[in-house]
Amino acid sequence: MLSIRNLNFNIILGQLYALWLREFKVFLRERSRLVASTFTPLLWLFVIGSGLGSTNLQIGTDYQKFIFPGIICMSVIFTSVFFGSYIIWDRKFDFLKSVMVAPSSRTTVFVGKTLGGMTTSLFQVGIILIIGMVLGINYDAISLLQIISIVLILSFGLTSLGLTFGSYIESLEGFQLIVSFVVFPLFFLSGALFPIDNLPPWLKFITLVDPATYSVDALRNSLLHLGTYSFDLDIELLLLFTLIITLIGIFSFKRMKAV
Amino acid sequence: MIIIKNLVKKYGEFYALHGLNFEVNENEIFGLLGPNGAGKTTLIHILATLLKPTEGYAIVNGFNVLHDATKVRESIGVVFQAPSSDDMLTGYENLKVHALLYGIPSSKREIRISEVLKLVGLEERKNDQVKKYSGGMRRRLEIARGLLHNPKVFFLDEPTLGLDPQSRDIMWTYIKKIVKEENVTIILTTHYMEEADTLCDRIGFITNGRIIALDSPLNLKQEIGGDIVKITFTDDIHANTDFADFDFVHRVENNGNSVIIYMDEVNSNLHRLVKHLDDVKSIEYTKPTLNDVFLKLSGDTLSGDSPEGGFMQRYAQYKKS
Repeated sequence: MLSIRNLNFNIILGQLYALWLREFKVFLRERSRLVASTFTPLLWLFVIGSGLGSTNLQIGTDYQKFIFPGIICMSVIFTSVFFGSYIIWDRKFDFLKSVMVAPSSRTTVFVGKTLGGMTTSLFQVGIILIIGMVLGINYDAISLLQIISIVLILSFGLTSLGLTFGSYIESLEGFQLIVSFVVFPLFFLSGALFPIDNLPPWLKFITLVDPATYSVDALRNSLLHLGTYSFDLDIELLLLFTLIITLIGIFSFKRMKAV
Repeated sequence: MIIIKNLVKKYGEFYALHGLNFEVNENEIFGLLGPNGAGKTTLIHILATLLKPTEGYAIVNGFNVLHDATKVRESIGVVFQAPSSDDMLTGYENLKVHALLYGIPSSKREIRISEVLKLVGLEERKNDQVKKYSGGMRRRLEIARGLLHNPKVFFLDEPTLGLDPQSRDIMWTYIKKIVKEENVTIILTTHYMEEADTLCDRIGFITNGRIIALDSPLNLKQEIGGDIVKITFTDDIHANTDFADFDFVHRVENNGNSVIIYMDEVNSNLHRLVKHLDDVKSIEYTKPTLNDVFLKLSGDTLSGDSPEGGFMQRYAQYKKS
């Protein structure tokens, strides 16, 4: 997929930095975006968390704490997948064209854009983690490192997913509509809001094919020691999913029309 | 610098480009002139490796657009019709992002960014977000960005579209300056005749995907057959005098009570023409403009059979205004 003679590593790193820098600067200047997208996860955490938490569920811990890993994943799912809509914006202006006529490969453009999406997710998760401290969740160096790794892998995969959709869909309205059909199942079927140990078989099966399940489980392992699967298995499956969707994303980007 | 061979672009059964053949010389400003939908932008997109031609090929700076896309991209700078700078970023940041995309080494980056900012007169506004720029400034920033990596060929797709006359004049000054200082070949598309006339060394007229004329503005204007004299009479009958008998008259167009005569040497010949005429209301004399050339050419090739509804009429109106 990559031709070796064009592989000048320093230049590619510079290109990735350029694409990331652009997303990061825009992100820093559009703070309303950060505030708005952090609001929904917090609503779930406090309203659903406290509401359902008051009903004495048998889950081994306080319900609000129980869904905390799920809320982290929720913020990553929504932010990352919807980040794909920015590629539609770039196409509407001629920004994407101006990138396409530069001697950078489409793979580089794709990865650079994905790095931008990851950064956005990481900032949001940072805010949610601080609020988690208020709820009495304790972090140490290891669990923080684990959280960051999980969030990075998941957001890389899901930004790729969003960009894949973005490379096929022409209008923003279409993107919003189609992507809603993806993000809500991803979130609801990940076990973010309920334990997945005693589910009916059909539901259990669906949670197994939802990549977000493994990120929620990995975070639960790390933060609450309550995972269904082992932490290692979670990470392995998450990496596998991310790899597959990234390859699909790069393929889609390569065949995307430039004009 | 650019060789275009039998270039065809089809969308289904529609020919956007209909077998183009021409060359662009080094360090010239080449104008692609034609109405909307003529195929100018399609051609630029193919030359910039964004579109693949259906048939034929093009060589840019010695590289084939089909096989050496990366080499072509390194050789060219492009300013697109729609704004392509990120308006959340400052002018400087936009330039930095593109300098990195083109792999300009860090030792040269800052110097080059200052150079191009100076070239387009935006040094003082470089730290403002692009959304605070005027239309003309944005366009100049795009030009600066396109020139960052010292391209050999520079494409300007309608660089003055939507600019007020003053900004357009400023833009022209900068474009002329670029050719002098940057040593580039410029391909410029426009549908402003005046713009092509002022800026271009050679002009290719393009309509319906075909080049219908290609020459320097001067030669094109001479081709139309000397000077243009319009004589208006008080009634229609006198307008029917047969002017074509004079040996210095090239062409005559009758329009009701007026007649347009294309002739050589108005100064020495006009008196012979009007000597025997009665009831003349007015006589107007103009040097031919590219508009006249375009009207003549498109009239010749299309002979009223224009598939793109009414652009002939539009150009006629443009001429009047």
